[in-house]
Amino acid sequence: MTNLTVHASNARTRARRIALPTRPSLLAGLFLVGLNVVVALAAPLLAPYPPTQPSALDAIEGSSSAHWLGTDQLGRDVLSRVLYGGRYAMLISLSAAVLTVVFGTVLGCLTAYRRGWFDEVLMRILDSVLSVPAILALLVVVTALGSGAPVIILAATIVYCPALIRVVRAAALSVVGLDYVTAARARGEGFWPIMAREIWPNILDVVLVEFAMRASWIMLLVSSLSFLGFGANPPTPDWGLMVSENRSLLTVVPLATIAPIVALATLIVGLNLAADGFAKARGIDRITGGLR
Amino acid sequence: MLLKTIGRRLAYSVLTVWLATLLVFVALQALPGNLAQQLLGQNATPAAVARLDASLGLDRPAWRRYLDWLGGAVHGDFGRSLVSGQPVLSEAGGYLRNTALLAGIVILAGITLSLVLGVVAGLTRDRWPDLAISGFALLGMSVPEFTVATVLVLGFAIDLQWFPAVVTAGPTASIGQLLPAVWLPAASLTVVMAAYIIRMMRTSVIDVLSAEYVTLARIRGLSSRRVLFRHALPNALLPTLNVIAVNIAWLVGGVVVVESVFNYPGIGTLMIQAVHNRDLPLLQFIAVFGAATFVVCNLLADLASVYLNPRLRTPGRAG
Amino acid sequence: MSVVTEERTGVLAEVSGLSIAYRHGGREIPVLRDVSLSLRAGEALAVVGESGCGKSTLASALVGQLRGGSRVTGGSVRIAGRDILAGDARTVRTLRRQQIGFVPQNAGHSLTPSMRVGAQVGEVLRATRGMDKRGARAEAVRLLAQVRLPEPDKLVDRYPHQLSGGQQQRVAVALALAGQPRLLVLDEPTTGLDVVTQAGVLALFGSLRAALGISLVMVSHDLGAVSAVCERIAVMYAGRVVETGDTRAAFRLPAHPYTRGLLSSVARIAVPGLPAGMPGSVADAQEASGCAFAPRCEFAQDACTTGAAPRLAPVVDGAAADTPRFSACLRQSEVLAAPAWEARVRPPQPRELDEPLLQIKGLTVDYRRRPDPRTGPTVHDVDLTVRRGEVVALVGESGSGKSTIAWTIAGLRRPTSGEIVLRGSEENAEAPADLTRSAARRDPAARRKVQLVFQNAGTSLNPRRTVGDAVLRPLRLRGLRGEQAREERDRVFADVGLEPGHADRFPAQLSGGQQQRVGIARALAGGPALVLADEVVSALDVSLQASVLRLLDDLRDEHELGYLFISHDLAVVRALADRVVVLYLGRVCEEGPIERVFGETNHPYTRLLMDSALATEPGAHEQLTGSDGEPESAPPAAGCAFRNRCAEHIDGLCDRETPPWQELGEGHRIRCHVPVEIGARP
Repeated sequence: MTNLTVHASNARTRARRIALPTRPSLLAGLFLVGLNVVVALAAPLLAPYPPTQPSALDAIEGSSSAHWLGTDQLGRDVLSRVLYGGRYAMLISLSAAVLTVVFGTVLGCLTAYRRGWFDEVLMRILDSVLSVPAILALLVVVTALGSGAPVIILAATIVYCPALIRVVRAAALSVVGLDYVTAARARGEGFWPIMAREIWPNILDVVLVEFAMRASWIMLLVSSLSFLGFGANPPTPDWGLMVSENRSLLTVVPLATIAPIVALATLIVGLNLAADGFAKARGIDRITGGLR
Repeated sequence: MLLKTIGRRLAYSVLTVWLATLLVFVALQALPGNLAQQLLGQNATPAAVARLDASLGLDRPAWRRYLDWLGGAVHGDFGRSLVSGQPVLSEAGGYLRNTALLAGIVILAGITLSLVLGVVAGLTRDRWPDLAISGFALLGMSVPEFTVATVLVLGFAIDLQWFPAVVTAGPTASIGQLLPAVWLPAASLTVVMAAYIIRMMRTSVIDVLSAEYVTLARIRGLSSRRVLFRHALPNALLPTLNVIAVNIAWLVGGVVVVESVFNYPGIGTLMIQAVHNRDLPLLQFIAVFGAATFVVCNLLADLASVYLNPRLRTPGRAG
Repeated sequence: MSVVTEERTGVLAEVSGLSIAYRHGGREIPVLRDVSLSLRAGEALAVVGESGCGKSTLASALVGQLRGGSRVTGGSVRIAGRDILAGDARTVRTLRRQQIGFVPQNAGHSLTPSMRVGAQVGEVLRATRGMDKRGARAEAVRLLAQVRLPEPDKLVDRYPHQLSGGQQQRVAVALALAGQPRLLVLDEPTTGLDVVTQAGVLALFGSLRAALGISLVMVSHDLGAVSAVCERIAVMYAGRVVETGDTRAAFRLPAHPYTRGLLSSVARIAVPGLPAGMPGSVADAQEASGCAFAPRCEFAQDACTTGAAPRLAPVVDGAAADTPRFSACLRQSEVLAAPAWEARVRPPQPRELDEPLLQIKGLTVDYRRRPDPRTGPTVHDVDLTVRRGEVVALVGESGSGKSTIAWTIAGLRRPTSGEIVLRGSEENAEAPADLTRSAARRDPAARRKVQLVFQNAGTSLNPRRTVGDAVLRPLRLRGLRGEQAREERDRVFADVGLEPGHADRFPAQLSGGQQQRVGIARALAGGPALVLADEVVSALDVSLQASVLRLLDDLRDEHELGYLFISHDLAVVRALADRVVVLYLGRVCEEGPIERVFGETNHPYTRLLMDSALATEPGAHEQLTGSDGEPESAPPAAGCAFRNRCAEHIDGLCDRETPPWQELGEGHRIRCHVPVEIGARP
């Protein structure tokens, strides 16, 4: 009998670990994202030169055996800067995406479950936050509070939370009406047990897809901010900032501009492929789910 | 029923814009940090700071200032620019016109193009035209506007030299002067905007093509053309409308970056200047303008779907 | 054109040796295996079987529309002599325009939402009959009138969403008829419709056949529906035709054990007692060799499980029929010689039931946000009593407020007024509990005593939790933990006929019948006195239906449970219930002991329900005459709710005053202005 119970609980853990279908786009996406993360983490080991070390003698050089991707106008090694260049934006995007998903999920589920006036008021407020285009909102906040990393993380969270709340709310609403939630309410369960046991496991897929998507949008936004001069400060190696710095030399050393663009694109394409692949595997309608 | 629906959406739109003005105001003016001190720098005397406070009206409580601003805004008076001293609206006028030109081209060309591409992708699902279009869309949504702009400059301004890389005309230049310079910014915005509309339209077409009523129309022996244009596409367009609206509104944000890349004298360039100069009334106007554009676009999309969707236009089964 | 061959043989549609396979997960799963059928002009053929037997695939093949991922692996379908599966696009389109009309299961999804009804009919008329716009409109109005839709000249300008389900189904029929087809293919055409509407639509098919002389192929799981329309039948199991021939002969003396099993699983409105059912489910169909039905078959021998599948052979039953009968069974003679299949198990025993469990008085539930003088509350002034160990059936069409009442008792809706009291057991001296409170505010003991079982087992279980977990949760709320809870879970599982090993499965890994058993186990785990069973068998195939009904009956005896059994299906009600309460638009119009209500005298509404249900019983011999009425959607503010559909309503009385109760003895009473003598059935 004891043996039997052990077997049963093993079977349960096995069954709970729902296998991820191996879709090529999902795998390719995860590979690209993983590659970028590994490179960002291992940049100190991989980079041939310190990324912020100027060298006036080597300025504005094309590709060579010493500098594979050439140098910028201060003579800094472009390859080293590209390897380091994802760190700032990735750290900010990851933090903001995590915050967005946490707040968005809790508020989205709560409002779907409560409905009534709470839902009405929250939706109106979210509409108005959504109505200010993201980059405008960020510029406004940066003007008022400066462009420190915490400010940008907070601002990006506030800007992207409303859309996430709406998506989670829609997903949760489709679950809240189902009979197993009704059954839980009829046996007198409260909000948190219902949320944790009945709703959360069934919207997890949607939240995961949203997480990848938000992370990619925040990444784009933060890079744009850096490009405009309101994000990473020189001499920080950052892809957005690098494009802005080296753009005037596009005719002379195009690699210095193209390399960070390619690096940024691989990361975002990876995130999108992963989100697409996962969404398709789980039958989630990803496009209608997203509001920029 | 119809009037009630429209009235309700109008009321929501006004409410949303009003809440947005409040949010922008709170973010800009009620947050910590003394504006006069920041404008005058760390070495300013307290007396000078107080004088500037008074002249800007900053010595009054925030809610009074907001009500004053709101009262003015209703009559079209958004205050004066801190830098030029001109009324904000006349300061922004020329820039607004230029952005409207840019946005107009993007909207007309971009939406037509992306709807057509989306339908083609949906119809040729998983075959090569779809794979090409979907790949393009994936790439388009994966790169920020400034990179698209930079690549286009490299290709069409530097290599081919078809278009100028930067705009030299000022905010008051004539449309004729601007026209040669508008194409590259327009193309950059179109690429990014099209990506989302294409994807939505493709999904929507695929969904509708597998709907039972489309299968049934085929079983009734109707021609493929009729099934597509009468039964499938009108219903596929509906969910795409809102995505189009969101993307038109997104343009307002996208132009900030793209205009700055090309130095195009539009509202985006003006905004970057305002941020650099800490020109709060101007910044506030632009942010509120962006919000209003978003809300108006959404309202139009809502009204269009009410018009196109009989479920919203006509009462349901009597009850 | 091979019309010549058609004229010689009179065959309109010919399916020969058709095999279709569906590709799933890199494997080809056969859906149809070597199916051969032929249909002469003017004939009506029924294709029946439980879900998963391939009948819908056969219907799609007949119109040349295979579902994505399927492939014809052999055979052909010829319509008017031309192959519709192998033909080019032009041939297929011509056949569809000239020969075939198709009526799908769910008309709501089959009408284009953005087009007016008239435009949809009109474009078919223009494509098939070359009419101009004006002519097409006039013809569309005529067609809508032909399918007996009210006010067809106004209806042509409506959009599909403005019609009721029954009206949408009639529009779908009009669309199918627009091209003047010679063959009408009906895929579950009345599933999902209320019983009265169903009888009306079925009667329409009968009259259309008589008027237009067209042939029908009707695919359905509902043996009663097909026997009302089709004189020939083909019974399918696991992708094969196992019996075919004259419908009445097959129903009277089935020659295949599966036909026999189906018939003995169907609850009958005219026969009291639980249906005997048959073991297993379609999922047990044998893949490898021999007869696919052998694992479930009481007649099976060793020979049945080896070799090739049995072939159709002529049935020798000594009866002379117009249509020869065939059956694919090695043990045909034993099946034919077996005792009659009509046997019911456990005919209802009269019970001594005194102790009341649930007492409802004057229950009113009002969903309206603001007062509206034209309508009344959704549920109004309902009195209801369920005693310990008693099954009380709540019967009515959709929109009758049955589920609202159940949800109110469960504490998921607040009543507007009225009393709901759950009596404690007298021997344990428990205090009565007030059930007008919401579930969250109830005493935990009172909450546990009332348990819900849902219609759709699939959505009533959390797909991301094991079914054992679903049962453990209510046990935990009862205070059982750890080993104790697991023992109790296994005991409850055993009660509903599940293995302890099922506990670790996810709902998707169980069959529909097993899922419904888990739903019942979850309710039992709460330790209920009262079970609210909301249409619990209506989504199940008949063989599962029979077994779940028997399970509910067993549990009632074992645990002394009271049931509020909600159903639209009078036959199922008759099989299980002790008492019946008939509801129309949230108002009780009749109540009484089961055998009295199914006896002589009824409320006009009950009579309408019964006549509709009786006419669609398997082997019903009466000519089907359906009413074209539809359930209404909003109750009136005053008077009798049923007056608009009542043939006997008295003007100036029924529309003004609430009808009085007429007591007929033994607790049987009718709420009607018309004196019972007039309402009595012949």
